[in-house]
Amino acid sequence: MTLETADSPPISPTALRPALRRHLHLIATTVVPLVAALALSGLILALLGVDPLAYYGWVVQRGLLSPSGLEATATRMAPLLLIAASLIVAFRAGIWNLGGDGQFLLAAVIVAAAAPALSGHLPNWAVLSCCLILGAAVGAAWSVVPALLKAWQNVNEIITTLMMTFLGVSLANVLVKLAFLDPRTTVPQTRTLAVADRLPRLFETTVSSGLLIGLVAIVLVHLIMTRTAFGLKLRIVGANPRAALHAGLPVPRLTVAVFAISAALAGLAGAVEIVGVQGNVRADWNPAYGLTVVPLVFLARFNGFASIAFVFLFSVLSIGGESAARRLGVPNHFTLVVVAILLIMLGITEHLDQRRRAAGR
Amino acid sequence: MSALFTEAFLTALILGAVTAGLPLMLAGLGEQISEKAGVLNIGLEGMMLIGAYGGFLVAYGSGSIWLGFLAGAVGGAAVAAVMAVLCVGLGLNQIVIGIALTLGAEGMTALQHHFQFAQSYPRLPAVPTLPIPGLSSLPVIGPALFDRPAIVYLAVAAVAVTSWVFRRTHLGLALQAAGDKPAALDAAGVGVVAIRSAAVLTAGALAGLGGAFMSEVGAGIFVPFMTNGAGFIGIVLAMLARGHPLWLLCGAVLFGACLSITTALQVAGVDIPTDVIQMLPFATVLLILILFGRRAALPPALGVHYVRGAR
Repeated sequence: MTLETADSPPISPTALRPALRRHLHLIATTVVPLVAALALSGLILALLGVDPLAYYGWVVQRGLLSPSGLEATATRMAPLLLIAASLIVAFRAGIWNLGGDGQFLLAAVIVAAAAPALSGHLPNWAVLSCCLILGAAVGAAWSVVPALLKAWQNVNEIITTLMMTFLGVSLANVLVKLAFLDPRTTVPQTRTLAVADRLPRLFETTVSSGLLIGLVAIVLVHLIMTRTAFGLKLRIVGANPRAALHAGLPVPRLTVAVFAISAALAGLAGAVEIVGVQGNVRADWNPAYGLTVVPLVFLARFNGFASIAFVFLFSVLSIGGESAARRLGVPNHFTLVVVAILLIMLGITEHLDQRRRAAGR
Repeated sequence: MSALFTEAFLTALILGAVTAGLPLMLAGLGEQISEKAGVLNIGLEGMMLIGAYGGFLVAYGSGSIWLGFLAGAVGGAAVAAVMAVLCVGLGLNQIVIGIALTLGAEGMTALQHHFQFAQSYPRLPAVPTLPIPGLSSLPVIGPALFDRPAIVYLAVAAVAVTSWVFRRTHLGLALQAAGDKPAALDAAGVGVVAIRSAAVLTAGALAGLGGAFMSEVGAGIFVPFMTNGAGFIGIVLAMLARGHPLWLLCGAVLFGACLSITTALQVAGVDIPTDVIQMLPFATVLLILILFGRRAALPPALGVHYVRGAR
């Protein structure tokens, strides 16, 4: 799989000032596919007998413009940003860690069990720190088998991480139903962490400070991968493992390191979602964020800052879609359709853009 | 333990293994063909789901299961056609488009189901079986293997045919070349895009058929998200079988047995939580990988878009 991991190449100078031109270009390559995708999805809505303008009005109103909606959107971004950071590390190093959902969910369940048990015995800041570290550790632990198999046996990690995800999701359910059951509720779920004991909120809003953790993580990951020697080594392993071996890089050790960092970030996402938002895990809860973030990260070309923008867009669509669904009787699943069409449109735009550049050269 | 190995238990186990394993086998077979030609088909799950919905819709509307199977295959191939145009033709990223197609299919089928069937939840009647004279009267394996709907025999035949195409025909060689060294195939005068598109379309049709089998024969009903990861299991099976359709058959039945063992155990009166049982097939595969640590044998040009004249 060859992937362009570099940032977009410089634009050939023309009569227009470069800065202005770059802005126009950015608008053309993001706004045009977005409008096209919304128009196509709107057509589908119209065919189903729903007024598309009313639907999109709700999405924008509830996901972006209303204060509570915008706060929900910002809160939703936290785990998605951490998962994006997790994927950027792995994908830039050429490791296809598709096991994010298992790492996320298992960390979430174990943190959900630990948090109420710890609170009361330790000061709140210590409980939360322990939970975040625990989540990262559980995530990393769940990647040990794929990491070792990849590093020393060269077993395809797509197979092993997908296996570990299926295994992890089932194990998480077993743990919720059998081990960490809250005896006081009838529905199987873990004990709930009191709202007061969760991650603090930002300023006067309802936005969880998990958002800060997510933003810091993705910016750090971006800088490490693009600006440090360690990141360069990982990128060399990703670009050509054999060349990396010949250059004297400890490829197996680096591979294990990549798995550990990537899975720890996915686990951290699970911890942040639990101690920041959910407070507990219900049986069969699986938001499956991993699968939706994978294409977003690809479209961002593994660039951390571009990923933030795509994650924001996705969060608006998903939070807005949830309220529009309630108002207009369109199931929430419609968001999946919008995202799918948007991904395809963005892909096509990028393709046309590259072809135009190649022709201009 | 004695209750475990009664005739009823074994029959239920094998029966369940075939019913649960067949869609996995069909999807995996499609993925194998697609991967052999160098296209990583991550959209398999979406193709199965469209097949499951289309198959159910047509079978319910027309009353003919065969029209349903046909619709399932056509539906899967239609999703695959999008993939062929975007990934094989234009060279867009196969993972992005594959996941997009899966998400889109999940959303579309769930929406359609909501507007059409969410009030009534219609069911299909049981699919008639085609007993094979002689063999079907054998104890245990007779009712489990040789008294099944005709589509089951056809699906197994498809494995044999694919195996033969891979080993003995020009088409098989062309598929292999498209995945190993597309430039060589191009130089030999065979269109890489045509071969790869055909492989992707076949994969879509097989996955769609697998989905239709799930909804028409397996469940008798369409439920949103009913494939529940079967497409991804198909991808894994295809990679594990390393290009051998017959290994795929064995793998799919093994997976199917693990998936259906809960029902069989309930027949035998043993109560184990479903989630524990669901871990079995994945744990088994991981154990095999740990013990034998085989090198993955994927085509060198897998996932790489072919551009004529490019290095």
